[in-house]
Amino acid sequence: MVNSAFFIVLRRMRAPIIALVALYAVAVFGLTLVPGVDADGNPAPPMSFFHAFYFISYTATTIGFGEIPNAFSDAQRMWVIVCIYLTVVSWSYAVITLIALLQDKGFQNTLTVNRFMRRIRRLKEPFYLICGCGETGSLIARNFDRIGQAFVVLEKDELRVQELDLQDFKTDTPALAADAMLPDNLLLAGLKHPKCRGVLAVTNDEQANLGIAIAVRLLNPKIPVIARARSPSIAANMASFGTDYIINPFERFAEHLAEAVAAPERFRLVELLTGLPETLIPEPHRPPCGHWILCGYGRFGRAVAERLQAAGTTLTVIDPKQIDADRNIVGDGTEAVTLRQAGIDAALGIIAGTDDDVNNLSIAVTAKQLKPELFVVVRQNLAANGELFRAFNADFCMVPSRIVAQESIAILTTPLLARFLGLLHDQDEIWCRALVFRLQAICDGMIPTVYGIRLNASEAPAVWHALMYRRGISLGEILLDSTDRTQSLAAVPLLIERDNDVYLLPNANFKLVAGDHLLFASSLAVLDKLNLTLQNANELDYVLDGENDSGSWVWARLRRYRSAVRPQDVTTG
Amino acid sequence: MSLEKVLFGFFIVLAATLNFGFFLGAIDRPELHHVYELAAALVVSVIATVLKFGDRTQIGAIHLSTSLVADLHLIAAAITWAFAIHVTGEGMTPSVTSSVVSLSGGALFANVVSVIILIIETVMLRR
Repeated sequence: MVNSAFFIVLRRMRAPIIALVALYAVAVFGLTLVPGVDADGNPAPPMSFFHAFYFISYTATTIGFGEIPNAFSDAQRMWVIVCIYLTVVSWSYAVITLIALLQDKGFQNTLTVNRFMRRIRRLKEPFYLICGCGETGSLIARNFDRIGQAFVVLEKDELRVQELDLQDFKTDTPALAADAMLPDNLLLAGLKHPKCRGVLAVTNDEQANLGIAIAVRLLNPKIPVIARARSPSIAANMASFGTDYIINPFERFAEHLAEAVAAPERFRLVELLTGLPETLIPEPHRPPCGHWILCGYGRFGRAVAERLQAAGTTLTVIDPKQIDADRNIVGDGTEAVTLRQAGIDAALGIIAGTDDDVNNLSIAVTAKQLKPELFVVVRQNLAANGELFRAFNADFCMVPSRIVAQESIAILTTPLLARFLGLLHDQDEIWCRALVFRLQAICDGMIPTVYGIRLNASEAPAVWHALMYRRGISLGEILLDSTDRTQSLAAVPLLIERDNDVYLLPNANFKLVAGDHLLFASSLAVLDKLNLTLQNANELDYVLDGENDSGSWVWARLRRYRSAVRPQDVTTG
Repeated sequence: MSLEKVLFGFFIVLAATLNFGFFLGAIDRPELHHVYELAAALVVSVIATVLKFGDRTQIGAIHLSTSLVADLHLIAAAITWAFAIHVTGEGMTPSVTSSVVSLSGGALFANVVSVIILIIETVMLRR
C-alpha cells in the first residue's frame, strides 16, 4: 500500500519507456551500420556502439554537442536526421505521460492517502479521531486545537476537508476525505494506533455514526467511542453493544431546560462547568414554571415535553402534522391566530422547536410581539443561521451542534467532571449559587476551563517527587502564584478523588497525597502557570519555600557545603 | 489470447535466446562473440524488464528481479567491452573476451530463470 504510488508510476510509464528503449536501439544500431568519413574525405568504418550510444544520448535529450568524434559523412547525417525526430518524439511522449499521470485524480488520491498514512504513523502524542467534520465536528476540532489536543479528521466531503486546511489551526492536522463508515478508512486514520485515545462519531448521518460505533467496538474495544444520535432507536442500538457515550442533543437540551425550570442555580453551575472554555458566559436563564406553549412535536418536542412536564409545567402542544398534538388548534404557530387560540395570554413561556429555522424564528417573533414578557426558547437547526438567532436574542437558544460539541469535549478532556456533576444532585441551590459566584469571579466574564490533574510522575512530576520523598503539601500551597508567592492563583479546586473517596470543594488546608486526582476550574493562563508549578521542581521550590535557586548540580553542592560549615546559616536564596 | 501476453512471452524468450547466442562458443575467442549480438541481447533484456513493471504479485516481483539481474550483467559486459576498445585500447584480447562472455553467461542464467518462471506461471494457469 505504501509504495502503490510507485507501482502506479511504473505501470503507466511502461509504454513510453519501451518506446524510448526501442527507438534508442534503432538509432544506435543504425549509426553503427552507416559508413563514416575521415578528416581527409576518405571513407572510414562506421561508428562503434560506444560512440553511437554517446552521440544518441546527447542528441536525443536535445543537448547537442555536435558531431563527435569526427565530422560525419553525408550518409551518417541522413540517418541522424531520422534519429533526432524519432528520439525527441519518444522523449516528449515519456514526459507528457508523466505529467498527465501527476495530474491524474486517482494518482493524486493515492499520494494523498499515502501522505495521510505516513503522518498518522508518525503521530507521537495521544490523539482523538473525529469522524465527520460538519458543524459539530469543526466546533470540536477548534476547541481541541485551542487546548492543544491533537486530533485526526475523517470527513466524507472533500470540500469540507479543504476548508479545514484554510482554518487557522495552531497544529497541522491530518485530515482525509473518506467515508468513515468503511472500517478500512477508520484503520487508515489510526483506529488501532497505540496513541489513539478515543473516537467521536459526529457525522450528520445517524446510520454512519452507528456504523462507526460498531466498528470501533469490534476493532479496538479498549478505546471509548462517543456517538451522536438523534433518534431513540439508534441510541438504543448503540447502547446495546456498549457505546461509551451516546449524546442525543434533543434529550440533552430537554434535560437542561427542565433543570433550568426546576433548579436554576444548579443549572447555571452546570452551564459554567460544561460550556465551551474561554467563550463568553451566557446570560443566566430563568425559565418560569407554569404554563408553556410547545410548537413542533417531533423528536425534539417530545423530549422537551416529557422533561418539562416532569419538572412541573403544563403544556399546550401545537403541531399540525402529529396526531397526538392538540387537535383543536389550527396552524403551526407562526400566525398570531394560532398562538392566541393556544392560550398565549395565560402562558409564561413558548418553545419554537420545529425542524425549520425560519418557522422557529417566525413563531418566536410573533409570540414576542403578542406578549413581550414571554420567555422564548428557540431551536436553531443550522449553525449558518446563527446571525439571525443572535439578532433575535431569544431567552434560551438550542443549537444541537454546540450541545454535542460541549458535551464531548467535557467528557473527553476531563473524565472527573462527570463524577463532579453527579455529586451536584445532592447539593442545594444556595451551595450552587455560592460556587457560581466563585467561578464567575475567577474568569473575567469568560467560561472557565475545567481540567483534571493527577499527581503522578508523568502529569505532575515535581509535586509527586516532593510528596513521595520530601514533605507533605497542602492544597493551598500549590495554588500559590509562581511569579509572586504572596498571591494565590485564581483557580477553584472542585474535587479531589483518592482511590474510591471523593472530597468535594476541598479547602486550602487539605493535605495532598501522591496519586490524588484533582479537578480544577480556572482560565487557560492560570492553568499554564499551575502546570508549570506542578511539573518544574524549581518553580515548586519557590512556591513552597520561597527558594529562588537554579537547580544546577554545582550550586546545589556549594549550598550544601556552606550550610554544613555554618549550620545556623539557613540558606534563603 | 491477448497481444499483451504474446509480447510478454516473446520478449522474455527472445532475451534468453539472444543472450544464449552471444554466449555460445569458446569463451576466449572474440570472433565467436559478435558485439551486435550483445547489443541486441541488452536492448531486448531492457525491454523485457520494462514490460514487467507494475505487477504487484509475488511472481511479478520475481520476474522483475531476475530481469534486473540480467540487465545488470549485460550492462557490465557492455561497459567492459567499451572500456577495452575505447579507453585502454587493448582490444578484444582473450582475457577481455572471456570476462565479457562470462558476464553474459551470468545474464543467461538469470534469463533462464525468467523463462522457467514463465513456464511455471503458464502451467499453474488453468484457464
